[in-house]
Amino acid sequence: MKKLLLGDEAIALGAIHAGLGGVYAYPGTPSTEITEFIQADAVAQERGVHSRWCTNEKTAMEAALGMSYAGRRALVCMKHVGMNVAADAFVNSAITGVHGGLVVVAADDPSMHSSQNEQDSRFYAGFAMVPAMEPSNQQEAYDMMQSAFELSESLHEPVVLRIVTRLAHSRAAVEVHEPVEMKDLGICQERWVLLPGIARTRYAALIEKQAEMLSASEASIYNKVEKGQGTLGIIACGIGYNYVKETLGDNANVLKVSQYPLPENAIRQMAEECSSILVVEDGQPVVEQQVKAMLGASYAVKGRLTGDLPRTGELTPDNVALALGAEQKERMAASAVVAPRPPQLCQGCGHRDVYTALNQVLATYPDYRVFGDIGCYTLGALPPFKALASCVDMGASITMAKGAADAGFHPSVAIIGDSTFTHSGMTGLLDAVNDKSNITVVISDNLTTGMTGGQDSAGTSKYEAICVALGVEPEHVRVVVPLPKNMEEITRILKEEIDYQGVSVIIPRRECIQTAARKAREARKAKENA
Amino acid sequence: MKKDIILCGVGGQGILSIATVIGEAATKAGLNLKQAEVHGMSQRGGDVQSHLRLSTQPIYSDLIAQGSADLIISMEPMESLRYLPYLAKDGKVVTGSKPFVNIPNYPEEEALQNALKQLPSLSMMDIDAVAKDAGNARGANMVLLGMAARHLQILNADELRDAIRTIFARKGDAVVEANLKAFQAGLGE
Repeated sequence: MKKLLLGDEAIALGAIHAGLGGVYAYPGTPSTEITEFIQADAVAQERGVHSRWCTNEKTAMEAALGMSYAGRRALVCMKHVGMNVAADAFVNSAITGVHGGLVVVAADDPSMHSSQNEQDSRFYAGFAMVPAMEPSNQQEAYDMMQSAFELSESLHEPVVLRIVTRLAHSRAAVEVHEPVEMKDLGICQERWVLLPGIARTRYAALIEKQAEMLSASEASIYNKVEKGQGTLGIIACGIGYNYVKETLGDNANVLKVSQYPLPENAIRQMAEECSSILVVEDGQPVVEQQVKAMLGASYAVKGRLTGDLPRTGELTPDNVALALGAEQKERMAASAVVAPRPPQLCQGCGHRDVYTALNQVLATYPDYRVFGDIGCYTLGALPPFKALASCVDMGASITMAKGAADAGFHPSVAIIGDSTFTHSGMTGLLDAVNDKSNITVVISDNLTTGMTGGQDSAGTSKYEAICVALGVEPEHVRVVVPLPKNMEEITRILKEEIDYQGVSVIIPRRECIQTAARKAREARKAKENA
Repeated sequence: MKKDIILCGVGGQGILSIATVIGEAATKAGLNLKQAEVHGMSQRGGDVQSHLRLSTQPIYSDLIAQGSADLIISMEPMESLRYLPYLAKDGKVVTGSKPFVNIPNYPEEEALQNALKQLPSLSMMDIDAVAKDAGNARGANMVLLGMAARHLQILNADELRDAIRTIFARKGDAVVEANLKAFQAGLGE
């Protein structure tokens, strides 16, 4: 049977059909749809596949490792920067090894469509010394889930599935098969205690497994050699393969790479048969560097480092065609009348009222800074608000405001969303409380994880209790409703708390208008059907 | 035969519904299809586009190469111009005529009209007004699909009507009929 699926959905369905026990994830573009698909899937529901959102990527990675220890197949999904959050658990999971198959999906975002950087998760796989797979299309994304779980269980190691935005969010028909039974190996009989003495032994075992991982890559059905004319060899990784095929058809010397570590034999063979090699890879020049090291300085290896492909940004059919020397199609110039149309906060969104109030109050001080965080409210950095001094990583608003306050700067204000606060803001708030830092923290609570499309937020209805439990004085935890009609009250409270010498938290709370509208639609529909 | 289509508009205007209908029709007709969408932050009132590729042959790239789109289908006039470098020499532009102004520096009406007039092939219609007249104020995207149907070639109007029935079936007969009516108003036959 064929189904029209996004790359993300193909991964989700592939995992379910491979006998998945649970998915653990925090929402992040372009990975969010994987978990959402599993949450809505009938087979997954019937089987009781775990799919509730986690508080952050680290808790997700650790819970998945626990499920693997108990003998089930577990999936972890995150956007690339989530790998930084999960890294401690991820890297050490290669040392402990796994029991039930464990696949870590890292969705990279070259061109930063919805991200802060272009980091390439293949580095993480190499760093942890575990295999990675990189599908070139939606069908492979589906098929690879079964293969990745099998590989993980045969090596007793986690396997990384690396995708990029263009695959995650592109739809194509996928041939799907019947789901296999949910896998259950039973609880692990080993101990995964990484005391130094034990960790040294396990690390040596991981090193020893490298040869086996290499053989798996050399034999992988996802890595294949195609022979054509000419003296140029092309190593095409992941979706890079599509752009090469689009340009040259079947008439080229191509090594398609979709499984790592790199298949060294095939590369050395290509180097012997061709006079130079072009590496076509989306993201950072991971493979190009390795191939250069493998073949030595005298062999011509081209790619992003040599400028044959752009050093930044995603691959496109155009920049790949240019690198391959293909004739460029005639094209019209960009129109001069077109103005940029950046994304913006929705009309009627509560974050807007929060920024209106903040700007109004802060304008009365000679100088001030608002440290921002990651979410829809980052758009407060753009006109008309232009309110933010920073946006760095999940949770950094509170800790940066604290650092600035430690240096004596005032007013030092943090603005963070509800979901981001529970993801990575709570520990920073505890630091601030312990240091009695003179900061004002605004937790702009819209009762959801808004930017990724309205997923459940881990701390909903618990924020005041969390702040008080972390040591913020109860009289300095203030809740307001961000609406234009309440502006006088909001600005008064903001002013009081900014002037208070110590940690204060203001929680403007009003539901995201998108999720509120969706709920209203669903309620209306339920009423109609009743 | 192949058709490369850029679908575009402003986040929230409903271009993904157009893509879904075409995708359904194409799948049923046994065509190969790839459709790259924009999710995430841009959906908040920013410019959005989708690359939709249909072919009787296998398709590799998820993205359309510049200079090769057969059709730009746009909900909004300025957005139709944003993707001109993708348009093939003999490519066509099908767009709604009513500006969606949510930025301070939206181009002047005259400059916009002049730029549109220079296009080699343009069909433009006030899709919001036509949808309203057809009794389906929220059906502007289906009016646009009707306009585009005249140029799609690789799929005919009946195949698209069937797809509208399938896609909107779960929303009830009234929604299906309203969307078919909007589609017909755009098709104008």
